[in-house]
Amino acid sequence: MKIIVILKQVPDSETKIKVKGDGSGIETDGIKYVISPYDEYAVEEALKLKEKAGGDSTVTVVSAGPDRTVESIRTALAMGADAAVHVNDPALEGADSLGVARALAKAIQDNGFDIIFAGKQGIDQDNSQVPSAVAELLDIPQVNIIAKFEITEDKSKATVSRRIEGGEETIETSLPALFGCEKGLNEPRYASLPGIMKAKKKPVKTVDLAGLGLDAGEVGAAGSHVKILKWIPLPERQAGKILQGMETAEASKELVRLLREEAKVI
Amino acid sequence: MANEVLVLAEQREGTLKKISLELLSIGAELAEKTGAELTALVIGNGAEALAKTLGEGGAKKVYVAETADKYYNTEFYTQAVVDAVGQSQAAIVLGGATSMGRDLLPRAAARLGTGLGTDCTELRIEDGKLVMRRPVYSGKAYVELTVTTSPAMASVRPNSYGQASLDSSKSAEVVKLAVKDVTPRATVKETIKTAGDKPDLTEAEIIVSGGRAMKAAENFKILHELADVIGATVGASRAAVDSGYAPHSMQVGQTGKVVNPKLYLAFGISGAIQHLAGMRTSKVIVAINKDPDAPIFQKADYGIVDDLYKVVPALTEEFKKLLAE
Ligand SMILES: Cc1cc2nc3c(=O)[nH]c(=O)nc-3n(C[C@H](O)[C@H](O)[C@H](O)COP(=O)(O)OP(=O)(O)OC[C@H]3O[C@@H](n4cnc5c(N)ncnc54)[C@H](O)[C@@H]3O)c2cc1C
Ligand SMILES: Nc1ncnc2c1ncn2[C@@H]1O[C@H](COP(=O)(O)O)[C@@H](O)[C@H]1O
Repeated sequence: MKIIVILKQVPDSETKIKVKGDGSGIETDGIKYVISPYDEYAVEEALKLKEKAGGDSTVTVVSAGPDRTVESIRTALAMGADAAVHVNDPALEGADSLGVARALAKAIQDNGFDIIFAGKQGIDQDNSQVPSAVAELLDIPQVNIIAKFEITEDKSKATVSRRIEGGEETIETSLPALFGCEKGLNEPRYASLPGIMKAKKKPVKTVDLAGLGLDAGEVGAAGSHVKILKWIPLPERQAGKILQGMETAEASKELVRLLREEAKVI
Repeated sequence: MANEVLVLAEQREGTLKKISLELLSIGAELAEKTGAELTALVIGNGAEALAKTLGEGGAKKVYVAETADKYYNTEFYTQAVVDAVGQSQAAIVLGGATSMGRDLLPRAAARLGTGLGTDCTELRIEDGKLVMRRPVYSGKAYVELTVTTSPAMASVRPNSYGQASLDSSKSAEVVKLAVKDVTPRATVKETIKTAGDKPDLTEAEIIVSGGRAMKAAENFKILHELADVIGATVGASRAAVDSGYAPHSMQVGQTGKVVNPKLYLAFGISGAIQHLAGMRTSKVIVAINKDPDAPIFQKADYGIVDDLYKVVPALTEEFKKLLAE
């Protein structure tokens, strides 16, 4: 099976985000970049599937991003992925989700695929758009927010469980299909030391938009349908009223009073 | 002919979700500012029966795509959205940032070749254009964006707007959509309910959450008792979930649910950045923690420094008294 993982590099979830003074973006100095946490579940599920499917199955990581993205690609290779395609083009900086999806879909098509795993959302801009758009562009079904994954013996179908409000949906889909992964699906493995050594020799193919036969003016920032007007820092939060050193009963009574009379939420 | 603000109403098993009325309420505002007509689309089994409520909620016209399948289906719903947009004069399309909307809207936007802003908390019209404000980096900043193609699509975070009030004297014209034939390759076989009768965390107006300090699954009982009194849904931190005190469906945060209630009460939660990621937009945040230096107090509007095992029963009693009045 040709198993694909689309993976995005994002700032670590601990990162303090500082908006630039002119609102044009965020300060990127000192940011530590990692694989988006949901994409780690995607890598793990792909590796599990490869182990199960056996034969000449391969896991290929496809990632669009600047030079630094290679580090995250290498991490996925160290976890056990076999090869990678790195879509690297300055025109993609500032592209919208549809533009990124177009580039990824083309790279996936050129590589060949039987199944695709993605994260349910990138923890940078929290868009949750790319997986559905990639599936649409490749004309395959998608299931997002999956917490369980099973494939039939003949690998023609998958049964997955998708999280919804207050419950889960059990979904059956033919393959190829794309799956957006959720926490709880699996426990991502760590890259082992031998894994890290091996990863250095694994093939990473770098392509730009022209190399994919795509028009940077259409797919890149210039062709974006979504224009970010400005970035806005969080408003300063007023210091709260913290009740300390009071009897429990007294403090509880006062809190309830404040919630009713001042905050008016009860 | 006036253009339209088209609201994608959401229903599950024949029941209209609360988000649908929230969308009608913000949709009406946008329609008024742009001189457009407020319309709605409702898809699924029993859709037609819901058109009446949508009319009472302010939709002038309701597009109906009835199906035999009682479950959500990505491929059919996408086609229905695309067909409704094609038949309407929609300049703005609004949906919910729900599990359904998050799956459906990006696919529809890709097919329509237009732009989408997801999980918006504020929409407004500026110079005749829709401006969307949405949290990014787990709520550590916001961006404002516009869409340069038509229709402009947006999904709205639940609880960002109040619900449209229903007026039985209002009604909508019903337009039955003939959706282009699709043979879905992925289908829902069944749905399994994991929560009780309480609203889901993402829809809840009041949330009571417990952290690592709950120490055992049984101890969540006191939070449920408190929640029952004030009509809240119970949530948990990741530490509580990973320690096995609560299921993942209860997790609030970066890798859990993003919630947007009017009142969020955090018990024995330290306030890690990944927890804040899930609840930062709550209108009022209350923290109960025995450590006065717990970071959560910096984000809280109100707090008590004390042992939660003493505070929870005391608060439950106080709320009981207040609500009995
Ligand atoms: C990639 C990533 C994703 C993550 N996603 C999430 C997420 O989605 N949600 C999430 O919550 N976390 C998430 N985390 C974990 C997060 O960093 C914290 O570890 C977690 O939120 C801590 O949970 P806690 O506050 O319950 O526990 P702790 O940090 O251990 O805090 C417990 C608090 O309880 C207080 N306390 C103890 N006993 C009592 C008592 N009797 N009465 C009152 N107070 C008491 C203590 O003073 C302390 O402040 C994520 C981490 C990473 C790296
Ligand atoms: N630049 C990218 N390269 C590869 N995969 C991506 C990229 N952007 C998004 N994805 C995939 O799409 C998922 C959702 O991302 P987003 O739509 O940006 O929230 C991620 O978890 C990745 O699996």
